[in-house]
Amino acid sequence: MQSIMKESDPILEVENLSASTDNLPILKGVSLTVYPGEIHAIMGRNGCGKSTLSKIIAGHPSYNITNGDIKFLGENINSLEPEERSQSGIFLGFQYPIEIPGVSNLEFLRVSTNARRKFLNKEELDTFDFEELVKEKLEIVKMDQAFLSRSVNQGFSGGEKKRNEILQMALLEPKIAILDETDSGLDIDALRIVASGIKKISNAQTGIILITHYQRLLDEIKPNYVHVMSDGQIIKTGESDLALELEEKGYEWTDNFIKET
Amino acid sequence: MVNENLVKDVVKETYKYGFVTDIETEKIEKGLNEDIIKLISQKKEEPKFLLDFRLKAFKKWQKMKEPDWAALRYKKIDYQDIIYYSAPKQKEKISSLDEVDPKLLETFDKLGIPLTEQKKLTNVAVDAVFDSVSIATTFREELAEHGVIFCSISEAVKNHADLIEKYLGTVVPASDNYFAALNSAVFSDGSFVYIPKGVTCPMDLSSYFRINSGDSGQFERTLIVAEESSSVSYLEGCTAPMFDTNTLHAAVVELIALDDASIKYSTVQNWYAGDEEGIGGIFNFVTKRGKCLGKRSKISWSQVETGSAITWKYPSCLLLGEESVGEFYSVALTNNLQQADTGTKMIHIGPRTKSTIVSKGISAGNSKNSYRGLVKMGTKATGSRNYSQCDSMLIGDQASANTFPYIKSQQPNSEIEHEASTCRISEDQLFYLQSRGIEFEEAVSMMVSGFCRDVFNQLPMEFAAEADKLLALKLEGSVG
Repeated sequence: MQSIMKESDPILEVENLSASTDNLPILKGVSLTVYPGEIHAIMGRNGCGKSTLSKIIAGHPSYNITNGDIKFLGENINSLEPEERSQSGIFLGFQYPIEIPGVSNLEFLRVSTNARRKFLNKEELDTFDFEELVKEKLEIVKMDQAFLSRSVNQGFSGGEKKRNEILQMALLEPKIAILDETDSGLDIDALRIVASGIKKISNAQTGIILITHYQRLLDEIKPNYVHVMSDGQIIKTGESDLALELEEKGYEWTDNFIKET
Repeated sequence: MVNENLVKDVVKETYKYGFVTDIETEKIEKGLNEDIIKLISQKKEEPKFLLDFRLKAFKKWQKMKEPDWAALRYKKIDYQDIIYYSAPKQKEKISSLDEVDPKLLETFDKLGIPLTEQKKLTNVAVDAVFDSVSIATTFREELAEHGVIFCSISEAVKNHADLIEKYLGTVVPASDNYFAALNSAVFSDGSFVYIPKGVTCPMDLSSYFRINSGDSGQFERTLIVAEESSSVSYLEGCTAPMFDTNTLHAAVVELIALDDASIKYSTVQNWYAGDEEGIGGIFNFVTKRGKCLGKRSKISWSQVETGSAITWKYPSCLLLGEESVGEFYSVALTNNLQQADTGTKMIHIGPRTKSTIVSKGISAGNSKNSYRGLVKMGTKATGSRNYSQCDSMLIGDQASANTFPYIKSQQPNSEIEHEASTCRISEDQLFYLQSRGIEFEEAVSMMVSGFCRDVFNQLPMEFAAEADKLLALKLEGSVG
């Protein structure tokens, strides 16, 4: 495999990570390193541990790390709270964004953005200044302002929820974004909007991990690396053509890799 | 796992009004009998009609049984073990605030209710009640210019006996219920408000009730009369020190609105709730009722109930005047071992009357929170409407919420609508907010205040902000 010259330090290093929930092992030694400007795709069957990996990186309290480390910008973050991880620049785009009745989307976005800004020693925004900022970012995901006055994700369609996730990513400007099946449940048009949004937000300093089942997102956003997960492990890593091969041959083809390893 | 002591500290910290004022008080002996009632009446130099009112109420009370239908459990109250009159010792006649014991002024200062001329709140007139007596009422002269009477009820008995005799007990008769009868027999002080015809009260009126003694009950009585085409907004706040015994608080509030008059009555109740083991706290048994006597009159109750070990309270509206309007907006929060059984009664008697009920119950810890409400359409209430919405939110898996809606309709040409829901703050919701950089406690309080928004919107501005903060404080350390 051809290797790209790494000129800077990695953003994220997952080192031999094992984790369990209710004493049930889910991850069994995952290693993954993301450098600035890189896009990684993680593929695999349902239940292989992809979503769990993303939640653990974001700090979900239901999982225990039994072995290994997660490092962000060189610092071990195993014991950081989810809010601390977010503030320092880790973003998780949820597969199923959660509905929060009664909490206005605008206020939620503002509090969230200000938490990140505070961490970055930037001035916190009042309601007026924030509205200016959010209007600008709404353009990226082609969302209407009416979204802002509704409760967080409540009554949103599947596509609207996913666009709201990308809007949050645009506001938080993370160092690394892990997008968990952001493409699922989207029609072609919505997929294009989401994909172009992701491309606009990311740059040479940010890293992206796309968790997906489908080639169609990867047609829009070409990954540098594709990892195949099975039973809590990364069993194969390749470049973007691995995804194409996978689409052609199906996951059954990857079962052989397990035997090989 | 969060350090247990830390949680305890946080919970303790949440009640910053738990201090006791060290002041010499005049107390009468414990117990309740006719002589005690005569003594109270004598101390207050009351006219005969009031003593008769008290004695009649006492006779009725003796024949009554403490109600047991509420979803509440508590140690039986020994009514002979309570002091029914306790007052800070002061000079006989106080002509100005300068003569009020500085300790008392300091107490209200600490509670955020400054009374002195220099510091008093600028747009709210305050009647400050300490144990059994009213200490001071601000802005009286200014209000008097508009013909508004705002004073302690003891004073009203002396200076406006005709109004008291005319209205006292007409909304909540002494025989109404056990606690109302007790209050009618022994009530010590409270506030009186009279808004004359056509007057819009130029500022919010407010009473602040402070219990200071551990062994005396507080039995305040409030009466508000709004004459034709007048309006008033009234606020009520309550706190008490932390004692490991339970203190009884049995108040009666009566509101009367004549033609086209409107009364808005808002409460933030933050009596001491007891500790996390359920030791101590106020037993809060309150009867609040408004009578929409006039045509197109309106009475609106909004309450934020966060304190007390036990809350038993159903602010209600009797809708007599045609096209009169009753409203009830409530947030009741219980934590630790608190119990609340609260709600409202909307009694539609006149035609085309309307009522709205919005109740939000939040239960955390091991607490119990029940909504109990009655909507009744009488035979003459044609074209009347009610809308009720009762939502419960559970925090943690040890708390409980109940809803007991009673609906009685004797009028086919009327509409009653009832909606109810229960939700729980889920780990997923919290994680979602946290994963967006929002701290755990703030995430909880955002969700709780979102849940309460419909009610907070009804509160006067400063109250709404205070209520929001209060809920956040009360919930600190309750989740996780």
